[in-house]
Amino acid sequence: MNFFQIISEIEKVDPEVYDRLDSRRSIFKHMTGLGQKLTAAAVPLALGAIFNKAYAQTPVGATVNDVLNFALSLEYLESYFYNAGQASTTLQSGLSATNKAALELIRIDEANHVTFLRGVLGTAAIAAPTTATFDFTGGKGSAGGPFADVFTNPATYLAVAQSLEDTGVRAYKGGAALLMSNKTVLTAALNIHSVEARHASRLRAMRRAGPNNNAASQGVPVAPYNAAPKSWISGTDNGGASPTQTAPIYGAGNNTNAPTNVTFDAESNTTQGGTNLTGLPNTTGLSAAAFAVAITEAFDEALDVTTVKTIARTFVVNGSTFLA
Amino acid sequence: MSDTLQPLHTPIKRRSFFQYAGATAGATALALAGCSKDSDPAAIVPVSSISLGTGDVGMLNYAYALEQLEAAFYAQVVKTPAADFLSGELAYFTQIATHEAIHRDFLKTAISGAGGSLLPTLTPIFTSINFSSRASVLNAAKTFEDLGVAAYNGAGVLLKSQTYLTIAGQIVSVEARHAALIRDLLSPGSFADDNQVDATGLDKQMTPTDVIAAAQPFITEKLDASSVGK
Repeated sequence: MNFFQIISEIEKVDPEVYDRLDSRRSIFKHMTGLGQKLTAAAVPLALGAIFNKAYAQTPVGATVNDVLNFALSLEYLESYFYNAGQASTTLQSGLSATNKAALELIRIDEANHVTFLRGVLGTAAIAAPTTATFDFTGGKGSAGGPFADVFTNPATYLAVAQSLEDTGVRAYKGGAALLMSNKTVLTAALNIHSVEARHASRLRAMRRAGPNNNAASQGVPVAPYNAAPKSWISGTDNGGASPTQTAPIYGAGNNTNAPTNVTFDAESNTTQGGTNLTGLPNTTGLSAAAFAVAITEAFDEALDVTTVKTIARTFVVNGSTFLA
Repeated sequence: MSDTLQPLHTPIKRRSFFQYAGATAGATALALAGCSKDSDPAAIVPVSSISLGTGDVGMLNYAYALEQLEAAFYAQVVKTPAADFLSGELAYFTQIATHEAIHRDFLKTAISGAGGSLLPTLTPIFTSINFSSRASVLNAAKTFEDLGVAAYNGAGVLLKSQTYLTIAGQIVSVEARHAALIRDLLSPGSFADDNQVDATGLDKQMTPTDVIAAAQPFITEKLDASSVGK
């Protein structure tokens, strides 16, 4: 019975196990006494009792709230981005009527997500960031980053939008396993997650058809999908809209604190649930290589909180602790 | 075939039947125009039904049933493409058909891997869909994709394993990407319509019994989802 190995195992599922235990130093004192009184065979039972206390007495909301505030931060990032885009007349003049309407719909959805998450969190919600928190050019406050024309050039704007939505989809997917203790919150998170995926799909269609095209969905995807992506992620999409900045959005995550039997793989992953799916029946007559690509498209991948924060902070100014 | 689940030859209880009929009527909004005859309760009394099972294996069989339906539908779309498909649309359907076949075959492997009883191959009923009509095909695709999204969203809280929850998340976002594309092909800008995404910006979720009731008109075998996730 290795006590620290047990905690290490629990930590994979609940990264805050140390905080939970540490905030109850009395339990450790209690345990010191136990060790002297109990036989070795009884120790596991005693440990079980300690963990029951640690988890039963800690409001489950502590962990859930952390995940929700993380989600809220990402929604602020998206919401402020679309607010600024809709306010730019230069940008709007380069968009087709259906694209303008679609972006307004997305803007409203993101604003609603902020309102919804604030409502769920109540007083536990983080303070609303100021607009000065973000630099959507990726310049960390210089306003002259790699996406310098983000609010004047529709192509750049849609490229950043796709990047934010694809990141959001991966982030919610990674957060789901951390919300299992609260069924209401889990369902709400899943219901936001699929809306983000709908947004991502639409933005990808707009990019492949061109910002000024009214029939966004009928554009033709062009490999390797940087500028004219499919509606779904194909392999790693060659690093996404702007590979120097966006490749991590489609890459592998950090598995250090991954839940049991969950890995944060790159979008080019072809193994699901421990099975290499390239061995599945190839029933639609594709080449082996094309079938492998289809497998990557059929499954989106989850991403861990740390990696998502690093990606999102591309758009946070230096000196801010937002999403840190 | 030893892992094939035998149909349970248990007559459906009278009260269950009325719940069933009610659910079907409620789901007509999701069903296609022209299939109202199939929703006539007198015509759909299930004399026997196949239980999808319990626990996470039941959830996997539930997803397997839906993916079988979607894969069969898109296979037919690709086999007999509508003459009025616009340029590029057949290519989209071909890719979606492959995605859904992969989902189906993955779930089949996962169920066997989990030591569960595998749902038999289902026999689809697509008589309400006119495969020579672009509009009919797109409307049916929209129904199936939105139903799939709501099904996986509702399944999350019923899953007991983090692994399966994450996998369900990995599939549902692809279904949502499909749904948005199909909706936009049908009606530009409808990717996240008010009838699908509510005033708080949330998508829909549905229970297994409601989803199976909505899918049942397209499936010959009578499915019983009452114990799924329990």
